[in-house]
Amino acid sequence: MLHFESHITTSRISIDAVARVAAGLAPFFVRQETFFQEVVVSQIVAERLVKSYDVPERGGGLSGLFSMRTRKVYALKDVSFRIERGELLGYIGPNGAGKSTTVKILSGILVPDSGECRVDGRVPWSDRIAHVARIGVVFGQRTQLWWDLPVIESLDLLRDMYGLSQAEYRPWRDVLIERLDIGSFLQQPVRQLSLGQRMRADLAASLVHRPGLLFLDEPTIGLDAVSKLAVRKFLMELNRDEGLTVILTTHDLDDIETLCRRVMVIGEGRVLSDGSVENLRRQVSDERVLRMDLRDAAAAEAAATNLAGLPVRIVSREGGRVVLRFDPDTIPPTELLRRITERCEVTDLFIEFTPIEEIVAQLYTKHQAASSASVVPAEGAV
Amino acid sequence: MNGGESAEEGGAAALSKPAHSAPAREPRPAGLKPLWAVTRARFRMLLRYRGAALGGFITQVFFGLMFVMVYRVLYEGDGAAEGAPMELSQVVTYLWLNQALFAMQPWQPDPEVRQMIRTGSVAYELTRPCSLFWLWVARAIAMRSAPTLLRSVPLVAVAMLFFGMQLPASPEAAVLYVVSLTAALLLSSAITVVLNSSLFWTMSGEGITMLMPAIVMTLSGQNIPLLFYPAWMQPFMAWQPFRGLLDVPSRIYTGSLPPDRALLEIAGQFAWCAVILAIGHWMVHRGTRRLVVQGG
Repeated sequence: MLHFESHITTSRISIDAVARVAAGLAPFFVRQETFFQEVVVSQIVAERLVKSYDVPERGGGLSGLFSMRTRKVYALKDVSFRIERGELLGYIGPNGAGKSTTVKILSGILVPDSGECRVDGRVPWSDRIAHVARIGVVFGQRTQLWWDLPVIESLDLLRDMYGLSQAEYRPWRDVLIERLDIGSFLQQPVRQLSLGQRMRADLAASLVHRPGLLFLDEPTIGLDAVSKLAVRKFLMELNRDEGLTVILTTHDLDDIETLCRRVMVIGEGRVLSDGSVENLRRQVSDERVLRMDLRDAAAAEAAATNLAGLPVRIVSREGGRVVLRFDPDTIPPTELLRRITERCEVTDLFIEFTPIEEIVAQLYTKHQAASSASVVPAEGAV
Repeated sequence: MNGGESAEEGGAAALSKPAHSAPAREPRPAGLKPLWAVTRARFRMLLRYRGAALGGFITQVFFGLMFVMVYRVLYEGDGAAEGAPMELSQVVTYLWLNQALFAMQPWQPDPEVRQMIRTGSVAYELTRPCSLFWLWVARAIAMRSAPTLLRSVPLVAVAMLFFGMQLPASPEAAVLYVVSLTAALLLSSAITVVLNSSLFWTMSGEGITMLMPAIVMTLSGQNIPLLFYPAWMQPFMAWQPFRGLLDVPSRIYTGSLPPDRALLEIAGQFAWCAVILAIGHWMVHRGTRRLVVQGG
């Protein structure tokens, strides 16, 4: 009986399925292979990542008590990117855009609904333990240090968690202590530290095991200017001297401008822009800001009328200062300067880029306008 | 334990050489080391809160005295001691042992883990190259043993000197007690891990924190030795897992369980440990699967 059944199964497979499976698998193998080749090149490969959360939605009244409906909210709709070894990448976007979700997927904490991801050739969530041994993570608003223990004991604990020998641990720990300037409060319990001190200690903790890749989720949030500069300087040196890949999410666009050669902007679960900071500027608006100081308010007013014929936009006028904007493609800066000095008596003058905050804000507005425009017909179709 | 600082100098040299020459360390399984580290950390942390230990000590002495008094009154009644399942001296010792081990009982999830799940810093736990389950078991063992050790030693000393607590019934009982106590610690830690992992679903854990004391207090024999429950409840009492927390070890100590039966009971304790650890493992696994770290 048993034998008979197995015989049937075998024959069914041989006739029908095997050919189909073989035909189906051939392209699959080819795809896998190209995917792998790309992995060898990039340290991080993320392909079409999608991640949604089920958010409970309670109806009002009594029925709400009994039925628990959930709504799917997409944190990532379609996110793909590649990151090379030694990059220092800024990852920015408004709250809820999916920044932290991306970082958590890359660090093996969250599993995406779909999409592929390799870090150093590993799938972070399925190979979690091997993966996390090679990465460092800092979530800015939370600490990985033991609250009641002195900083040094937290570091020693992490040494044991990562299974480091004293020889591996101690010299590097001393470098971190020196570079981050945390020596003075090593013996204090973490709860007594200031935010800036804590962040520096947290950075040390995330690097104890010499990871090749560091994720920083808002590392400068809430820090005072001095601590911010110290953290930035340290990251820059680490990236330069150790070839450490750093991925940093932030709301502080100064972080991006001082640190990152590449910036990725995410909004509503999609990558809106990916490239150099200049590239981002060009993508939205290449406008420059020109500030000029004149003798007094009257001179400024005269200047404003004098500039009427030029392709510039006056943004503000306050006392003797006039701020205006222009597009270098319509009028080259040198040409503009010549015309201005011809017409007005300028005491001081400087040109700068549009602040990156504004660029990002414009990018979001642009994107939202585009997506809401595309939503209307889609809804009509439904 | 900041380790001999005087050893190797020359840390600064490390930065000057490029990263590629840094030994590319293959991650190796960390084994028991991280678990041991967590336990040590917990001990050191507790030693920073000696005041809490003193408070606990005083509370336990107070409750111990109260219960001992109640049982003395019970046993004084005419003929009351005759049908009693344990002798008065055994009951007194049993009660003091239970008071000494008060801090070891699984009253609530690990507050550290609870905090981590609430604030989302549990994410950090997942970025360690260890199994989350075993890490939590280690945390639980540390959490249940460190404060107990700190409080129980003076409590037992005081109870023996002044309040009628007796030495183990026999040398065999003493040895068996140590084994049974180890099983009880493991059992309590296993239950703690189950409680921890329930937080993946409930987040706050307030319900559990209210429910557990009632369960543990009744079913472990904390204040009423299980033999004092009515006969019809005895089969249930004998088989439920919470008994392994206090009733089994304390009865072994007092000689209420003779050594040959004690071995069987200890086997039962370990069997329950295995079952509950398995449940905990499954729950941690399921919980991490559905984990949505708060604050996306």
